[in-house]
This record gives sequence, C-alpha cells and structure tokens, in this order.
Amino acid sequence: MPSSIPASSIAEAAVAPAPSAWRIFRHNRAAVAAGAILVLLAAFALLGPALAPFDPVRTGVGPSMAPPGLPHLMGTDELGRDVLSRAAGGLRISLLVGLGAAGAATLIGLLVGGVAGFFGGLIDDALMRVTEVFQVIPRFFLAILLVAFFGAGLFNIIFAIAILGWPEVARLVRAEVLTLRSRPFVDAARVAGASRTALIVGEILPNAMGPVVVNTSLLVGQAMLLEAGLSYLGLGDPGVVSLGVMLQEAQQIMRSAWWTSAFPGLLIFLAVLALNLLGDGLNDVLDPRARER
Amino acid sequence: MGPSLLLYTLRRLVQAVPLVFVIILINFALIHAAPGDPIDFLLGSSDATEEYIAQLRAEFGLDRPLPEQLLAYLGKMLSFDLGYSLRFREQVLTLILSRLPATLLLMGTALVVASLLGILLGAVAARRPYSATDNVATLAALAGYSMPVFWLGQIMLLVFALHLAMFPTQGMMSLRAPREGLGMVLDVAHHLVLPVATYSVYHLALVFRLTRVKMQETLALDFITTARAKGLPEGRVVYRHALRNAMLPVVTVIGLNFGFMLAGSVLTETVFAWPGTGRLLFDAIQARDYPLLMGLFTVLSVMVILANVLTDVIYALIDPRVVYR
Repeated sequence: MPSSIPASSIAEAAVAPAPSAWRIFRHNRAAVAAGAILVLLAAFALLGPALAPFDPVRTGVGPSMAPPGLPHLMGTDELGRDVLSRAAGGLRISLLVGLGAAGAATLIGLLVGGVAGFFGGLIDDALMRVTEVFQVIPRFFLAILLVAFFGAGLFNIIFAIAILGWPEVARLVRAEVLTLRSRPFVDAARVAGASRTALIVGEILPNAMGPVVVNTSLLVGQAMLLEAGLSYLGLGDPGVVSLGVMLQEAQQIMRSAWWTSAFPGLLIFLAVLALNLLGDGLNDVLDPRARER
Repeated sequence: MGPSLLLYTLRRLVQAVPLVFVIILINFALIHAAPGDPIDFLLGSSDATEEYIAQLRAEFGLDRPLPEQLLAYLGKMLSFDLGYSLRFREQVLTLILSRLPATLLLMGTALVVASLLGILLGAVAARRPYSATDNVATLAALAGYSMPVFWLGQIMLLVFALHLAMFPTQGMMSLRAPREGLGMVLDVAHHLVLPVATYSVYHLALVFRLTRVKMQETLALDFITTARAKGLPEGRVVYRHALRNAMLPVVTVIGLNFGFMLAGSVLTETVFAWPGTGRLLFDAIQARDYPLLMGLFTVLSVMVILANVLTDVIYALIDPRVVYR
C-alpha cells in the first residue's frame, strides 16, 4: 500500500546521512561484495591499460596462442597479442558503453515519464502510446538495424542500446510522478507560488529518484550484455576493442585457444553480476517498502 | 464465453495493425535517413546489373516525391513482397520462412524446458524464503541472468562438445544420419541438447525469479490460510492452490519477453551454427544484405506482435477474472 508511506520517508532514504544508509546497505552482504568487485573491476579498467605489461594492439608481443602462464597471465591470441592487456582496455570500453547507454536511456526516460506524469491528459496519452509501441517492437533487432544502417561507431552503438532501455524508465518515472504530484508537500510548494519547472525539478523528481537509480544500475549491466551481443554479431566498433569484440574474435580460434573466450566473457559476467547484486542492495536502501524483510 | 473470447481476439488483432505499419515505417525511414543512396539499401549487394538497379529504382519510385515512394513501399510490403536477396539468390520472405522451423524448434523446446523447471524450482524456493537452498538458487538464477548467452554457449561447446565429445559441435543434422523416421529424430535431438541448454538458462532464471516472488506473495494471502485451516495437506496447498494462481503472471512475462527471447535465439544459433533465422541474420549482417535484414526485422516483429496478442488471449482464457474489453 504505497499511499500509507509518507513521501518524506522516501526523501529521507535518498538523502539520509551516510551512516544509516550505509547500515542498511551493509546488511546485504552480497551487495557489499558486489560493490567491492565493481571497484576492483573499475580500477582494472582505468589503470589496467597504463599498467598493462604489454601493448594491447601490438601483434607478436608473445608467441601465437600461448596458454595462460608467465608472462602472459591470460595467454595470447592468434596474432600473439596479450589477452590480459587487451581485456583491460576492452573492459574500459564495455563499461563506457554500459554507463553511456544506461545514462542516456535514464535521461530520455526521465524526460518522457516526467512530462507524461506531470501534465497528464493528451500529452500523457500520446507519450504513453509511443512508449508502448517501443515496448512491443523487438528492440534488439531495431538496434541491429540502426547500427547496420548508420555504421558501427561507438556513439551509434551507445545510442542504439539507449533506445532499448528508456521505455521502462519512462513508465517507472510516470508512475512515481503520478503518485507524487498530488501529495501535500507538492501542493504546498504550488500554493507558495513555485513554477511548473520548479515543481518538477525541485519537488517531484528528487523524490522519484529512488527506483530510477536502482533501475539505472541494472540498465548498465544490461547495456554491457547488449554491447557484447551486438559485437558478437559483427556490429562492434572496429576501431575500439570491447570485451564483446574480443569474444567475437575468439569464436574462430577458441577451439584451440579456450582462454581467448573464457577470460573476456568472465569479466563481462562478473561485472554484470556485480551490477545486478548492487541494484539489489541499492533497492534495500532507496525503497523503504523493501526494507522490512 | 466462446463468442466473446473470439470477439476479444479479433479486437486485439485489429489493435495490432497500427504496430505493423510502424514497423514498415521504421524500415522506410531507415532506407532514407541512413547515410548513402537509398538504392544501396534496397539492393544490399554491389554485384547487381544495371538493368536490375534501374528496375528497382522504377519499382520503388525513387525519382518521385517521398510520399509517393512511401505508398509504393507500403504497397510492396502489404503484398508480402519483402524484396530479393542477391546474396542468397532467393526471395527474402521465402528464405526466412524456410529457416523459421529450425528457430521455432529450438525456441519451443527451450521454452517448455525452462518454463517447467523455472516454475517448479521457484515454487520450491518460495516455500522457505531466505533459507540456504533459496539463497543458493537465487544467486544461481542471478548468475544465469548475468552472463552473455553466446559466451555460455562457447563454454558449453568447449566443455561438452570438444573436451568431453558428448555432443556435436554444430548444425542440426549429421551428414550421414538417416533423413527420416526415428533415426532422424534422435539425430536432431542430439544436436539440440547444447543449444537448448544454453538458451534455456536465461529464461529459466527469469521464470524462477518471477515464480518465487509471486509464490511468496500468494502464500501470504487469506485463501491459503483458509486452505491450511481446513487441514489440507501442505503439498496440496502449495502446488494446487498457490502455484495455480502464481503462474498467471509467468504467462504474461513469457509473452512480453518474446522479443528478447528471439534475440537470445539469434545469438545461440550463431554459436552452434543452428540453421535458423538467427544464423540467417548473422549471415545478413556479415554480407550487409539490407533487404534481408529489413525482411527479418519485419517478420520477427510481426511474430512478436502476434505473440503479444496470443498472450492476452491465453491470459483471458486461464484467468476467469479478466474482463474482455
């Protein structure tokens, strides 16, 4: 029964002083472990290329298809490139695509859902109809078409994946805004003479952010999986090596060099799993309804 | 109830018609908005004769204003002319329809296996929430949910097909296997195991998570307390009373996720060289065969739209509370 929860408690959860939010989050041990894994992966992605023992693009830094061992901890590929060094750069690109696409999808969703929920009426009807259409058409195939027609640049890939994620965000935001816009504290601000923009930006959106933040952490993981899928089908940006591009290259040689597939895939898997677990933990903190258990 | 359900089905089908137009419009917009000459996207190959290029230009009215081009395009689509693939030397629609059975076999088998297992495991886990069994199952489901399906396929292929040599590495039939009767069925089934196992994981995880949550909610409702108070055995309460009600949303999710399931099928087919529409899509991407790409998008979209209608109808059939609108 959402109406029985005072809106202020959602607001407090979102901006609560660090110790109490941390205490709730800490209770979910899987989410804490996930956070630690994410920090490690981010460090690997950011510092890896600088610290990497070998040049990720240069061929012949080692023998062709050397199994994991010293000095190539994750082995080498058929051109003698170091898999570990390439994976560090690949993870950086995959995370970049994930964050970029999830961020863009969330922004579009906030805009569409916020406007639809706040103004209601015809605007709401029209926007929600468009949202429904986007939910029904198979979006992964639309993304394939977009990238195939407009070219496999990193920006196009991020854009195509963002298109996949925004409808759910829009519906989420709209539902939150609908319940929030008639709350007493919003009425109070309206009576005090706040403009529409001030109402949306200052009063409603901050209180609707909880579920949106949780959803964004899940979207980052989904976007990483989608990037990998697109790359695997041959639609990766040929100029930058992501983990998905590595997996696509591995398809040809993995029968004699399992490590070219195993390690890049493991990195995606760990990152997405950690993001999903983190989403769970954030949900505990940001959604008071889920806190009781 | 019979006639009203039929009416409801018809109404839902009519409501789906605008969506098909949206799909056609998207194709049309892509041809014209993408950088390059629209004729390149209608050809999809560089080795076309001058006569064929001129013929296509005339057919699509490329020298006429845009609205007329749209009409010409709509006319073609509505007469089921999805174009011609120069690479495969075949009508796009014929090509896609010839590959559809293999995809449906893979998807259908995986769906049945994953849904049954997912519902069963979800119901078992929900009986003791946050117990050790439940936690392990939940984490496993989350893991299944978090890996790239084609990577799982690659690993399965490495372990079970190459290392242990238990299953064939690719394709749907062996070269020397019988082409009819039980021999063929067994051969196809043997080829089907790894792709189905790979492809089921994501769906299994999804159905498990959903069933578990819905079962937990249902088990807390009053009619379950009543059933228990009447002294019914616990197994009967859980599997007859609660599970039946908790399964309803699972049906919806299967229907609503049909599009993403098709996507999973494409990736799985690519790993195992399964001769379905997914493998066809992969080949179309490699060759930049645009007519085939658009044709696949159109056919798969129509399938997804129909699956949505079907889901609503099945839901109306099994849930007596649904009021036909």
